[in-house]
Amino acid sequence: MATTKTTTTARPAARTASARLDVPKTYKLFIGGAFPRSESGRVTEVLDTRGRFVANVAKASRKDARDAVRAARKAQPGWAGATAYNRGQVLYRVAEVLEGRKAQFVDELQRTEGLTPARALKQVEDAIDLWVWHAGWTDKIAQIAGHANPVAGPYFNITVPEPTGVVASIAPQSAGLLGLTSVIAPALVTGNAVVVVPAASAALSSISLAEVLATSDLPGGVVNILTGDPAELAPWLAGHADVNALDLTGAGGLDWVELERIAADTLKRVIRPEPGIAPETPQRILALTESKTIWHTKSRL
Amino acid sequence: MTTPSAALAPAERAVQLLGSDLSEVALRRHLEGLPTVDAVGLEARAAALGTRSIKTTSKAKALDLTIRMIDLTTLQGNDTRGKVRSLVAKALVPDASDPSTPRPAAVCVYGDMVGNAVEALGSAWSAGKDSGINVAAVATAFPSGRASVEVKLQDTRDAVAAGADEIDMVIDRGAFLEGNYGKVFDEIVLTKEACRRDDGSYAHLKVILETGELVTYDNVRRASWLSILAGGDFIKTSTGKVQPAATLPVTLLMLQVVRDWERLTGERIGVKPAGGISTAKDAMKYLVTVAETCGEAWLDPHLFRFGASSLLNDVLLQRQKLTTGRYSGPDYVTID
Amino acid sequence: MTFLEYAPAPESTAILNLRDEYRLFIGGEWVAGSGTPFASVSPSTERQIATFASADEGDVDAAVRAARSAFRQTWGRMSGRDRGKYLFRIARILQERARELAVAESLDNGKPIKETRDADIPLVAQWFFHCAGWADKLDHVGLGANPQPHGVAAQIIPWNFPLLMLAWKVAPALAAGNTVVLKPAETTPLTAMLFAEICEQAGLPAGVVNLITGAGETGAALVRHPDVDKVAFTGSTAVGREIAKAIAGTDKKLTLELGGKGANIVFDDAPLDQAIEGIVNGIFFNQGQVCCAGSRLLVQENVHDTVMDRLKERMSTLRLGDPLDKNTDVGAINSTEQLERITRLVAQGVAEGGEAWSPACELPAEGYWFAPTVVTGVEASSTIAREEIFGPVLSVLTFRTPDEAIAKANNTPYGLSAGIWSDKGSRVLAVADKLRAGVVWTNTFNKFDPASPFGGYKESGYGREGGVQGMQAYLKAGK
Repeated sequence: MATTKTTTTARPAARTASARLDVPKTYKLFIGGAFPRSESGRVTEVLDTRGRFVANVAKASRKDARDAVRAARKAQPGWAGATAYNRGQVLYRVAEVLEGRKAQFVDELQRTEGLTPARALKQVEDAIDLWVWHAGWTDKIAQIAGHANPVAGPYFNITVPEPTGVVASIAPQSAGLLGLTSVIAPALVTGNAVVVVPAASAALSSISLAEVLATSDLPGGVVNILTGDPAELAPWLAGHADVNALDLTGAGGLDWVELERIAADTLKRVIRPEPGIAPETPQRILALTESKTIWHTKSRL
Repeated sequence: MTTPSAALAPAERAVQLLGSDLSEVALRRHLEGLPTVDAVGLEARAAALGTRSIKTTSKAKALDLTIRMIDLTTLQGNDTRGKVRSLVAKALVPDASDPSTPRPAAVCVYGDMVGNAVEALGSAWSAGKDSGINVAAVATAFPSGRASVEVKLQDTRDAVAAGADEIDMVIDRGAFLEGNYGKVFDEIVLTKEACRRDDGSYAHLKVILETGELVTYDNVRRASWLSILAGGDFIKTSTGKVQPAATLPVTLLMLQVVRDWERLTGERIGVKPAGGISTAKDAMKYLVTVAETCGEAWLDPHLFRFGASSLLNDVLLQRQKLTTGRYSGPDYVTID
Repeated sequence: MTFLEYAPAPESTAILNLRDEYRLFIGGEWVAGSGTPFASVSPSTERQIATFASADEGDVDAAVRAARSAFRQTWGRMSGRDRGKYLFRIARILQERARELAVAESLDNGKPIKETRDADIPLVAQWFFHCAGWADKLDHVGLGANPQPHGVAAQIIPWNFPLLMLAWKVAPALAAGNTVVLKPAETTPLTAMLFAEICEQAGLPAGVVNLITGAGETGAALVRHPDVDKVAFTGSTAVGREIAKAIAGTDKKLTLELGGKGANIVFDDAPLDQAIEGIVNGIFFNQGQVCCAGSRLLVQENVHDTVMDRLKERMSTLRLGDPLDKNTDVGAINSTEQLERITRLVAQGVAEGGEAWSPACELPAEGYWFAPTVVTGVEASSTIAREEIFGPVLSVLTFRTPDEAIAKANNTPYGLSAGIWSDKGSRVLAVADKLRAGVVWTNTFNKFDPASPFGGYKESGYGREGGVQGMQAYLKAGK
């Protein structure tokens, strides 16, 4: 497992005399399609499994969370308004780009989660497949969850699932990339926008995923990733009045009961911590939808 | 918009309302700009009005009013002088067991029977005055209206000359459905002119839309408005020869039109549902609909009529029930 | 006397055979409550109808235990087909006793007999009939094969549609195989007691339906009870919020049907006469005491004056008075507390610059009455444009373009219902798409059907009642 610290004491891995000098990556937040530093100026040091410095990762503050919710709210109608076919293509594009960057993710997972190459590869491939699975749902979910209702009167009556709106998620604390995918993808299928706090251990792959998302035709703001301390950020997201749903899948280690109580103030939809709703099920996608029923008069001729 | 005076000739009034020349295009634009009708909502409203419960004194009043609003009708190919005399006799004495029974507004016959009806009515004939029983005649190649304009107008003039106080004309439904609103308009204007008597007064003109052939409520609204624009004094649902004839929703819609016309011009136009209204209970529903749509001013034979033949006897049975407290039977009213 | 004054046509109360006092219905027995009994009065006369027992925590526990025991021993083991047959039986008895139930409901609630007779009670029977058919078809509700009931459902319902809300709760719960403990509202417990009699007539096994009367504390105790698996609540957003907090962190499932501030949007091409009817139905149905009422009229500016003229004319024909009179359109307000709230909010609306108008209408001397009222000159920021009034009070706002109408309609923490009036299909569909509301009525309003899911977005609650979604709320995926 990677460890994170807020003071810089560790040193980067020693450079061998003959090797080229690395160009390390800067890991910032992902808000509104851009990569800003935290407004707080704080960073967290990410160390590899041997305790060596890997990178400084931005540590999001409540104000970053506020900005992320604002960006999500702004982007959500456009994403929901895109055709299901288009959303499906974008989600599939995420899988494609991930596939192309597989090596990078395998490397990051090995370094920060301490996985064997085989296990790291497995996780990345599972994540890619999970994006593909969800990409195929965009133009089908309304067919299995929506319906024409035979009401007792001269009315055309249909029910359609619609996105809940802005979803704030605490990603699973294990299997960083896969866990992150498992909370983002189901929300995106129907047109929600997401503000997600990834596992602390998955900071690197989370921001790398953000880079994938940023280059996958996903409109800016539809997914916003706040690296930082879930315990610090979650209450602000739970209490934010402009968040419609709170996904606590990865919040099992937090005081999630209190988060649920805070969410009740604005009657948010809440997904409880793992096991919660089984991943890779239509129910997981539908948990972040609303049913809209439309009546229209149907005249007798 | 200035409110045109009802005294204006129909065409002139129409021109004022249309705000341009009375062209086919202007007429079409005007009619198609009328508010649309949602059929489900209209029918639901009519059904709701039909659930009103009328009791005791209101009911007695409503039954008498219904009789006074009836155009007692016979429109058969085999009508004879004897049949018309019998109809008139019923109008004169609807219920021999109760002299307080009011009389219907009019007897309604084919044009060739007008003279017979006038004669049979004798001194009870209104002769264009406000008291007495009117003679109404169907005209303009009733019921289909499929004849030359000249024939239709002569049909009308003959009936007026024979003493008809009211003319029930049919519109050219074919022309209407073709979108030839100008033709329909012109025929109404001409027929109105044919209602003119030698002394310069006019027989009242009822314009039959034959709603069962217009089919949609939007058509009914347009045809109603067109008929009023052209100078009709009454708009009437049906000839009674086509199903469906009068229905409560279609009558409600026509009442909404005359209410809107009054709002616009201050002028009151009459409505006559005809065909298929055979029970007192149904008639009550119509009266409720009139009162709650146009107001009680419309509960007047000058503004609302029932075109019916069998309705009268059912009303009489109900009337007897109110008087005696017991249910009556068909042998206690006359078949004429 | 004018014709429109119609003679009174009161529905006879002789059909009722009420007791003077009603007890709790627990485990198939009528048992005394340990709390202080309370009376229910008729809102139109302020006369007492009967007294009702009040369930304390011990009684709540007894009811939950009875429900648990019935779940374990009878109902939870019964085949879906047999459960369905019981529900069909109940549906039939409801139809047979429809007139009696309509009279009882109007008496207790104050709503016109026209509504209880033509809307509430027929829908109650239809709801049981609909759900009865689900009982042996649960594999098809969308949760996979062999879905399982939660167990004991705690259900709390409001006073605006007492028996209908009971049907919305009890019918799907039982069809899915749950047993229930239901608490009716304290001002309208009467028809729930008659429903208990119907359960007896239907031979429903003891403990499957338990009905406990009482006030807010009774409901709170029920929600808190540790052996409850599912909570379903219909009522105010404030109470819904408290319930959501109370069950946070527990294994209980929750559905909430809460408040609303429905927008009724009238475009300039609306079928005008029907739109006027829809506006009237939207806000004066059940005296506006409807969570999905069209309480905010959004009317396109260019037809505002026409719409208001016609609306006022139509309102002048509304007949307010004795709820048992078949000709009554507007009945009594349910309680003195509710009347005070309506009165206060309208006064505030006027103080904030709104102009209130009501037709000339004489209010009866006894009972709780509020004349149908329309408030014009309301701005989006006005209290009465934002707060749920739950009374016969319509706030009127204007808009210029469809975008503006949508923005104003959605500008509320609620999201239960909305109405659209337009003859242009493409616009209707586009606007319906963008409204954040669980039920959108186009060219109609306040229509309900057991096959049609009902429920809200945002602070109007979560979960749906009716249709396949309504069944899902009482089931979990099978193993």
